[in-house]
Amino acid sequence: MATALRFDHVTKTFVHRAGQMLLRDRLLDLARPSKRPRFEALKDVSFSLEAGESLGLIGANGAGKSTILNLATGLSLADQGSIDVNGRVTALLELGAGFHYDLTGAENLRVNAAMMGMTRQQVAERVESIVDFSGVREFLDEPMRVYSAGMTVRLAFSVAVAADPDVLLVDEVLGLGDQQFYAKCLGKIREFQTQGKTIVLASHSTELITMLCQRVLWLEKGRVRMQGSAEEVVAAYKASA
Amino acid sequence: MKERKWTGDYVFLFENLILKDFRIRYRNMSLGILWSLINPLVMMTVMTFLFGRVLGRDARDQPYPVFVLCGLVPFNFFTGALMTGATSIVDNAGLIKRVLVPREVIPVAAVLSNCVHLLIQFGLLLLLTVGFGLRPNIYWLWLPAIWALYVMFLCGLALGASAINVYVRDTRYVLESFNMVLFWLVPIFYSFSIIPEKYVKLYQINPVAALVFAMRHILLEGIAPPMSLMLNLTIAASVALGLGLAIFHRLKPHFYEYI
Repeated sequence: MATALRFDHVTKTFVHRAGQMLLRDRLLDLARPSKRPRFEALKDVSFSLEAGESLGLIGANGAGKSTILNLATGLSLADQGSIDVNGRVTALLELGAGFHYDLTGAENLRVNAAMMGMTRQQVAERVESIVDFSGVREFLDEPMRVYSAGMTVRLAFSVAVAADPDVLLVDEVLGLGDQQFYAKCLGKIREFQTQGKTIVLASHSTELITMLCQRVLWLEKGRVRMQGSAEEVVAAYKASA
Repeated sequence: MKERKWTGDYVFLFENLILKDFRIRYRNMSLGILWSLINPLVMMTVMTFLFGRVLGRDARDQPYPVFVLCGLVPFNFFTGALMTGATSIVDNAGLIKRVLVPREVIPVAAVLSNCVHLLIQFGLLLLLTVGFGLRPNIYWLWLPAIWALYVMFLCGLALGASAINVYVRDTRYVLESFNMVLFWLVPIFYSFSIIPEKYVKLYQINPVAALVFAMRHILLEGIAPPMSLMLNLTIAASVALGLGLAIFHRLKPHFYEYI
């Protein structure tokens, strides 16, 4: 099988520069470059996923889970190492990312679908199944600000899976859905796996991770602490806590 | 590191982003799109009063409200498109940091959203033109061409300014001051004929002023805009777009870290 997502010795650093966005800061940068302390969000991370595999990311806050997802999505660039992705990537990185709270659910659905790369015709064909899957039909013409967190996730996830990605990246948000929606997601993810699609899921819920993922990557301070089968890594992770 | 390619329907994406801006702006206003008309109408009335009744004015042979509006419409579009364009990347931090969407699309969509107001104001201008007894003429066919160049020019400025604004947040204040100066340096309430000879060249290379001249040639005088003016506008649009894109491409790899 083909490799769907591969991180090869990836390192990502950020500069500490809170609030330093003014002209004088840029001039200082020119005067004395690289004086600011750098923070290593990821250090020498490698993993490889075959098409159809699903990977869970676990670790404490700030361990680097979201940084992996951002890099895999293509939102920021690695300092060292290489990242290879095969096929279309769709990401669900934050509750309501890309949604505007003054627009209705139906309007946000279209904007989001367009941003995820769907064409006008695809949206027309899929809008019914998106709405059905989300289960928020009766609120579709309400502004998103009246949506609960769970309803927002339902709509976002429904659009993301309708975009028919080869690689689906999900950060935490699924935890906000209810049991019934879990079951739906689980079904969808199983279906994706049989279609040879790849899923990467970051979560603090080891329960969710073991339910949805075959493989798990445990991050600690930006480094890979352990990777392997879900049961094995989750057991070790729980034992360490 | 290479950039991740976005595949999708650009036309559909633009359409949705423009509609989104438009809906957000007007949803919570009881007068809706009338707001797009009120600002130019108020300004037009004030200026017509000030220069028609209080101070002396030139261009006496032309209907002054149309004359002023020929200046206000391009200037308002410039202000609106440049300011929303320049802050578009920072304002859409949620998209930059969380959604993979081609980043160039964001400032360009901001400029194009302003075209919706432009069309409304343009409708008003044409209505007044005809209302003051000036007949449509064949040179009206120039209007789409000059405005296409002008929109291109603004897309270029918005791309460059939005990228710089990520790293230097004072950019918008610089632009606001610049805009104030421009209001007086663009012939909005005065005509081309009163500009002293030695400054004429300076006015002609200013694309905003060039557009005002072109508009007045076409709508008020019923003649084609001079070729030199069209050439200036074409050059300004191409240079602005080329430079804007170059700056944007150069700066965009690190948007994520600075927003």
